[in-house]
Amino acid sequence: MPQHIEAQYQEILNEYVKKQTEQNLYVGQNFSRQLILENISPEEVISMHKAAIRELYSDLPDVVWHSFDFLIEMMINYGLALQERQSLLKRQEELKVEMDLAANVQETLLKTKLPSLDGLDIGLLSIPAKKMNGDYIYFVSDYDGYAGVAVADVIGKGLPAALCMSMIKFGMDSLNSSHALPKDVLGVINRIVEKSVDDSMFVSMFYANYDAGAASLTYGSAGHEPAILYRANTGEFDELEAKGLLLGVSPAAVYEEHSVTLEKGDMVIMMTDGVTEGRTEEGFIEREVIYKLIEQKKEQPAQAIVQHVYDELERMQNAELQDDFTLVVYKKV
Amino acid sequence: MNIQVNLTENDNKLKGDIHGEIDAHTAPVLREKLEAYQAQEGLNAELDLSGVDYMDSTGLGVFVAFYKSINAKGGHLKLTGLSSRLKRLFDITGLGDIMDIEAAVGKGGN
Repeated sequence: MPQHIEAQYQEILNEYVKKQTEQNLYVGQNFSRQLILENISPEEVISMHKAAIRELYSDLPDVVWHSFDFLIEMMINYGLALQERQSLLKRQEELKVEMDLAANVQETLLKTKLPSLDGLDIGLLSIPAKKMNGDYIYFVSDYDGYAGVAVADVIGKGLPAALCMSMIKFGMDSLNSSHALPKDVLGVINRIVEKSVDDSMFVSMFYANYDAGAASLTYGSAGHEPAILYRANTGEFDELEAKGLLLGVSPAAVYEEHSVTLEKGDMVIMMTDGVTEGRTEEGFIEREVIYKLIEQKKEQPAQAIVQHVYDELERMQNAELQDDFTLVVYKKV
Repeated sequence: MNIQVNLTENDNKLKGDIHGEIDAHTAPVLREKLEAYQAQEGLNAELDLSGVDYMDSTGLGVFVAFYKSINAKGGHLKLTGLSSRLKRLFDITGLGDIMDIEAAVGKGGN
């Protein structure tokens, strides 16, 4: 224990014993903060107290000194608990640094490029609820008039989920074609995920392939939230359903695929359950609410539409989105 | 943000009911309770979910993991009392086709 601290403590204690003012207590409180910063343990504080009292009031009965010795013994485990807490704080700090790093790696590894096709306007927004995003978007396009998009949600969060996403990415890269059909893409990735992921981790995924020449979208779903089709000429919304099991549950799963042809102004809206499972104090946010939000901005570019839906849903939920939020709009222009 | 899980097992038959919300916060509680039984051979489990007001994909993951492990051991899992919202979740994910589920009679959504 540094000598100047002992001297300072004695002085503060002496002032308090003599006057007992609020001001003296306040000085003591500040001093205890300084002790914590200097890593001084509770038992050391009591030793210091005992020494200070001995200096100031040497004639106290033995029972007082014995009681201090006993109290010092009592405090030793508190001192250990404090040390443990400090090492946990340090460990937590290290983990935080590692998480930041992992999030960075995720971002770099999973980077995807928006396809640019004649007659197709694409909007994309993916916002993680926490540091690591459990939603995954990947575009496949090689400038030949096709734009494939995968919208996936990994059930199970954090680092394992991020690692799982790289499997999806490599599954799609291994097909290496923007012409690949949804049922084949989903089948391949299902087999990869089923082999390599633990029993409580699954992936839902929607895969769609847009052929700009024919203005036709072919899609399939592995247990994913149905996409929404907006028809500009009738102003109607419809769900694009396709049967298919979550990825990673059964190697025998087979996937359906369907096609729709888009006319000018039509939109296909793909999303994760972070968009549809929103809750406000009054209950769940219904799909009709999302339809309405899209309709309000239907004349705008696709990016303005996704931003508007996000802003409004976030506002309804008091800026507290519970789940990762991902929205992709393909708009025929 | 709370959950109540009651499970009783007799002669390799597991009966249970679950109340509350199954989300990322409460799913670990459910998972831990179910894991105690998942290694049993030929377990016949029936879980009543009519008291579940909300379930997200994390909750779904817990049931799928339990389904997979008891199926691998020759057992059977049945889920009953699903609200229309829960039923939709099982249907969208394709799990409704492979798992034994039963919707609640006359129970509305939300």
